[in-house]
Amino acid sequence: MRTQQTLGEVLASRGVSRRGFMKFCASTASLMALPPAMIPRIAAALENAKRPSVIWLPFQECTGCTESITRSHAPTLEGLIFDTISLDYQHTIMAAAGARAEEARHEAMKANFGEYILAVDGSIPMKDKAFSCIAGESNYDIFIEAVKGAKAIVAIGTCAAFGGIPMAKPNPTGAASVQDVLNEAGLQKPIINISGCPPIPTAITGVLAQYLTFGELPELDHLGRPKAFFGQNIHDRCYRRPFYERGEFAESFDDEGAKKGWCLYKLGCKGPVTYNACATIKWNNGAGFPIEGGHGCLGCAEPGFWDWGGFYRPLSQGDWGDWKTLGIAAAAGAALGIASVAVSRVKQARARQEKS
Amino acid sequence: MTLLEFARGPGLQGALLIFSLGVAWRLVGTFLLARNRDLAQPKGTSTVKAGVRAMIIRSIPPHELEKRITFQHITGYAWHLGFFAVLLFFGPHVPFFKQFLGFGWPYLPNTAVMVLGAFTLAILVALLVRRMLHPVLKQISTFDDYLSVVLVILPLLTGFLSYSHVQPLDVRYEVLLAVHLLSVEALLVWFPFGKLMHLFYAFPSRYQVGAAMQRKGVQA
Repeated sequence: MRTQQTLGEVLASRGVSRRGFMKFCASTASLMALPPAMIPRIAAALENAKRPSVIWLPFQECTGCTESITRSHAPTLEGLIFDTISLDYQHTIMAAAGARAEEARHEAMKANFGEYILAVDGSIPMKDKAFSCIAGESNYDIFIEAVKGAKAIVAIGTCAAFGGIPMAKPNPTGAASVQDVLNEAGLQKPIINISGCPPIPTAITGVLAQYLTFGELPELDHLGRPKAFFGQNIHDRCYRRPFYERGEFAESFDDEGAKKGWCLYKLGCKGPVTYNACATIKWNNGAGFPIEGGHGCLGCAEPGFWDWGGFYRPLSQGDWGDWKTLGIAAAAGAALGIASVAVSRVKQARARQEKS
Repeated sequence: MTLLEFARGPGLQGALLIFSLGVAWRLVGTFLLARNRDLAQPKGTSTVKAGVRAMIIRSIPPHELEKRITFQHITGYAWHLGFFAVLLFFGPHVPFFKQFLGFGWPYLPNTAVMVLGAFTLAILVALLVRRMLHPVLKQISTFDDYLSVVLVILPLLTGFLSYSHVQPLDVRYEVLLAVHLLSVEALLVWFPFGKLMHLFYAFPSRYQVGAAMQRKGVQA
């Protein structure tokens, strides 16, 4: 069985040096905000950990989450660690296809019942379950079948964690998050939400490493996301924050302010309300993150970001309506004013009559 | 729907509708109020001039009361100016107005806005405390007086908290921003029904008094 091989054995067979491995353990401890004393424990646990079986179910998604993990970090040690889990089913990247792929999923579920990690990317259609099917089975049925034997669920990406783009108004498929589907089905399983569109690959490997080391889920925030990665908002860690403090804002994407790297708040940056590690861990092996590229944060790790009223609408603006509606309200108010004056005049006339 | 989504959407829409309806109702109702016809021979005819004069004169404290109301007079002007400076010339506020008007304007450096805001807030709190402690003011103050001052203080206070990302009791930024917007919406909802309507009434009423007094041959 592939899962019988320990992680240490797999890494050694791939030529990963002890120094490289310890470096990964140190960075993992740092990322997860664990004390340095925990590094040897992480190393020992990871070396001896049996490769966990992971069943990855992609539902209503764009494959961006898979791209993020498989492409962005392919040559790194994190990538190797991720390779060394026993990824028993992932229909986008697995060699098998059709009935053989589905057989592999069923075999893995049977062999590791109660022990496998269920990774999900994409939301699940609930309006009509037939809206999204794999090999004739609806996403909902596949998920419910798989969740029963799962030890824990990792919802990868904002679609799985919160509904994502498929849930955008008017939500034609009735897209629901993993947690919502679990609630609807009356099932309970530990869930880690690793949101983002796509999520940072290091967040996934970091969570996995912690789970392998301690056998338990990391500390989560109120949205079920690991606090180590989603504990601080982008704005608090943004290198453009001093410009916000000084009130220096870019007014358009090609003005002097933009060229000088001023704050993108007025161009719709959602950094102040977005909690993710983009500004610290960054993307593409630390090359940068969207704000460094000159574009505001879209808030992609947050529930509902797709319906916040436009990526370029500043946070201080809202969906205020329109002048026509306000005009109707004012006309109604004026009519009320006229009516109240009419009533008071009638009363006044009556009072005069009574007096005379 | 999160609190921020509510504050930026239905909350803002509802507050603006109530504000528009309420202000139109009060203004139309007041200006069409039934008044008795003045049958007396007018003793003065330059009513417009007298009305405009009253608008100016009544914005300055009368000489005989000057010393007794200096504090109230200066602080009153100071906080009004500070409040409108913060409201209109804080960088992130400009897009708020731009969404209605379609154009923006230059804004002040944040440091200047923060100083103005802090002074304004301090004055408002001092005036509120004075109203609560002063034996005469206490007697003549109504619920409207207290609520109106509190509703003006709250947007300033919550604005400070959300701008500076101060997180008392671990309140997250989006909650602070939502509370700030909701405090503005509360101000808009109360505006037409309390003394805050003086924004629209103050100068017309001074004009009216000046013009009426002129007609009676009295200097307002």
